[in-house]
Amino acid sequence: MRVSITVNGELATREVEARLLLVHFLREELGLTGTHWGCDTSNCGACVVLYDGEPVKSCTVLAAMADGHEVRTVEDLEREGVLDPVQQGFMECHGLQCGFCTPGMLMSARALLDRDPRPSDHAVREAISGQICRCTGYASIVRSVQWAAEHGQHQQQELA
Amino acid sequence: MTTEVRGHGRMLRKEDRRFVRGAGRFTDDIQLPGMLHLAVLRSPVAHARVVSVDTTAAAAHPKVKAVVTGAMLAERGLAWMPTLSGDQQAVLATDKVRFQGQEVAFVVAEDRYAARDALELIDVEYDLLPPVVDVRRALDPDAPLIRDDVEGKHDNHCFDWETGDAEATRRVFDAADVVVEQEIVFPRVHPAPLETCGAIADYDRIDERLTLWCTTQAPHAHRTLYADFAGIPEHRIRVVSPDIGGGFGNKVPIYPAYICAIVGSMITGRPVKWVEDRTENLTASGFARDYVMRGEIAATRDGRILAVRSQVLADHGAFNGTAAPMRFPGGFFGVFTGSYDLEAAYCSMTAVHTNKAPGGVAYACSFRIAEAVYLVERLVDLLADELEVDPVALRLQNFIRPDQFPYTSRTGWVYDSGDYETTMREALRIAGYDELRREQAERRERAQAGEAGLSLMGVGVSFFTEAVGAGPRETMDMAGLGMADGCEVRIHPSGKATVRLSVQTQGQGHETTFAQIVAEEIGIHPDDIDVIHGDTDNTPYGLGTYGSRSTPVSGAAAVLVTRKIRDKARLIAAHLLEVAPDDLEWERGVFSVRGVPGAQVTIEEIARKAHGPGDLPEGLEGALEAQISYSPSNLTYPFGAYICVVDIDPGTAAVTVRRFVAVDDCGTRINEMIVEGQIQGGLTDGVGIALMEIVSFDEQGNCLNASLMDYLIPTALEVPDWENGATVTPSPHHPIGAKGVGESATVGSPPAVVNAVIDALEPYGVRHVDMPLTPSRVWEAMRGNAAPPY
Repeated sequence: MRVSITVNGELATREVEARLLLVHFLREELGLTGTHWGCDTSNCGACVVLYDGEPVKSCTVLAAMADGHEVRTVEDLEREGVLDPVQQGFMECHGLQCGFCTPGMLMSARALLDRDPRPSDHAVREAISGQICRCTGYASIVRSVQWAAEHGQHQQQELA
Repeated sequence: MTTEVRGHGRMLRKEDRRFVRGAGRFTDDIQLPGMLHLAVLRSPVAHARVVSVDTTAAAAHPKVKAVVTGAMLAERGLAWMPTLSGDQQAVLATDKVRFQGQEVAFVVAEDRYAARDALELIDVEYDLLPPVVDVRRALDPDAPLIRDDVEGKHDNHCFDWETGDAEATRRVFDAADVVVEQEIVFPRVHPAPLETCGAIADYDRIDERLTLWCTTQAPHAHRTLYADFAGIPEHRIRVVSPDIGGGFGNKVPIYPAYICAIVGSMITGRPVKWVEDRTENLTASGFARDYVMRGEIAATRDGRILAVRSQVLADHGAFNGTAAPMRFPGGFFGVFTGSYDLEAAYCSMTAVHTNKAPGGVAYACSFRIAEAVYLVERLVDLLADELEVDPVALRLQNFIRPDQFPYTSRTGWVYDSGDYETTMREALRIAGYDELRREQAERRERAQAGEAGLSLMGVGVSFFTEAVGAGPRETMDMAGLGMADGCEVRIHPSGKATVRLSVQTQGQGHETTFAQIVAEEIGIHPDDIDVIHGDTDNTPYGLGTYGSRSTPVSGAAAVLVTRKIRDKARLIAAHLLEVAPDDLEWERGVFSVRGVPGAQVTIEEIARKAHGPGDLPEGLEGALEAQISYSPSNLTYPFGAYICVVDIDPGTAAVTVRRFVAVDDCGTRINEMIVEGQIQGGLTDGVGIALMEIVSFDEQGNCLNASLMDYLIPTALEVPDWENGATVTPSPHHPIGAKGVGESATVGSPPAVVNAVIDALEPYGVRHVDMPLTPSRVWEAMRGNAAPPY
């Protein structure tokens, strides 16, 4: 079947199997391998993308369902050579180690800050509680998001 | 981005630039032209004879390029492969399946969905056999025989191993005032790195070269084993370990599906990708722990610990796939004497086969030290309870003293350096230990007075000593390969440098840490030093990253090779400045003539000279490059004091970790930010292991934790904001005094959490509860039913 999805601001139209997951559409049809896959059961959150501005696990969405919708992936966070504050925050505060959960964490963090520019630590923990990081122990991720909250303009408005 | 740090110190990670952009290159990110996809058919049952495998329908699938069974591999002599522990493991089952999830056949197809579809079309007839699930029954005379593939095998015995002095220990126990005994189970858990295992094999039939991109923590060792096993000449195999999404030991072994991918590429002549799904990862790849331990501790009435003794029943699953130094079948469990000065110690271990997945050492345990530390730290707490003394006071009374180092333990381990009391007292200070005890006493009084709704507060302490950084190669090897590691450093004419390592990061930050190590020694800015690793064609030989060995082994190699270059640079500098080499002083990147201000030459100028025209000192070759292989003279012995505070809801028995204080001493810290990150990740592992993680089986051998719905891993809501502290006791034999740290917290934290929970349950008279301390298990313990998990 034919699907047209706006991914990172560009319309992508492809013939796909009806059962194709959005995560595989992004990775294999569009080559956007920043979005990762880590489980079969939608527990790990390595595949989180923004779907019409909301964080969703892209393994729970069929590409067919995304037809006509807007998807934003980690590849779109950097703009004109400037990192999004959440990207910079993760670097500054050692919010990543192996880097596998990082894209999903960044997208959830972006969505949180767009909604709540100065979240409490607990709000950050809740925002990423559907995601697993096996390396950092989370405290550094919380600090990373808070770094972004302190240093960044929240960029979603610029996009709108 | 330039950093102020010029050597050791807090420096942002170089590798993060790609990871935060989603530009990491993990195995599954690699797309090659013409690449096919492989899927593995796995056994749905734990024990059965394979009667027939019919692949006709699968092979007829329009997108399928190949279907391969065990019988077909057997024709090529590839149906069985050697394990890292000298056992053999089926690549694809030929005779029987011996655990649920075992590899039976594979399909290569045009895309990953089609490969999965075709698995459904393979028809396997199984003749069911009774499985061996209960480790305690594995050696029963009537237990079904699992390993009938081994000639003359008539039981499920795997190996026996012992350490220490049985007779001396018996004498001490017989004469002791107090003996405390407890059966302690360290259940089977799984490393579950967020990226599952995977491989892409690309066999070039014309040049007869194999390139294998693979999630391996040990690319060089894997290459040698592929050469030995598959008969491909080693110089024509290139193993590339790209970015790895966490390892924790799970990516040390060679898995059957790696072999399948290689065979798949050889058959089809095209690149073949296999990526494990999460169920495959949890049910068939390297698990960890699974020790049933009977521990005893002997002491005087006034609290002097005299001896420890343990008897271990180890479940190694269907095949002994343990990744441990060959001469250490029980890993480094011998350090179960802990951080204490004892008169005697003895351990005897029996390992058995069961119808469960093979493996046994993974998950950041430093070769079974996690089990050893858990045992001794629970025993010390049980003894404190028996003697009615504070668990901290008991530890302080029995620590090995600073003046006793190097200290030879009763099981023969030579602890390199330590100052345990200082570290313990720092943890007490950060935690406010006395205040915590006062709060606990006050809460208990209020509860006794009838106040409702109060959580049960517990304070748990653990003190661990690890032995990490294997070799020395003289006594330690993996599958016949000595445990040494290499490093090559090249200073280019323009004064920039490239470092090549035999170890491979899985998130530990080697691209930063090793640049800093070399920067500190040669004075080139770490931003100007790039690290290359994980590619056997482009790095020196070595055994890889696991067991916290990168800094102790390759880190030392990086220091020593750079100093070798510095020695050569000194000769060139002396030549340039027309003085004797001994007249030169070295200070970070500059040689200057002692007592002659302004007479100096930089490492950049020396590098240019080393590659440029004109004469060099007589007998000296050009260039500034060197390579070494380093075998450590001893392991390094990091240690730490951990204090955990928990609250238990008496109505639900749910455990909340309120605080966790971790003071680690890993000797010299190269980058404290990275070290702290390693520790905080390990603490989270430890909380997970203590409170929720377990791989268990039903009576038929079905894995009950085969997805992340059932195998629970802590999220951000289950762990506290970590409180880290540090003391620094350098290793005397490491060239910069560094010790390994990657696994310290995973090893040290489970007993702190469990000791805290048991402490909280003291009003209920609970003496011990085995992990995982889930609400239901704690609830049962509060009602006097503290049963082992199996």
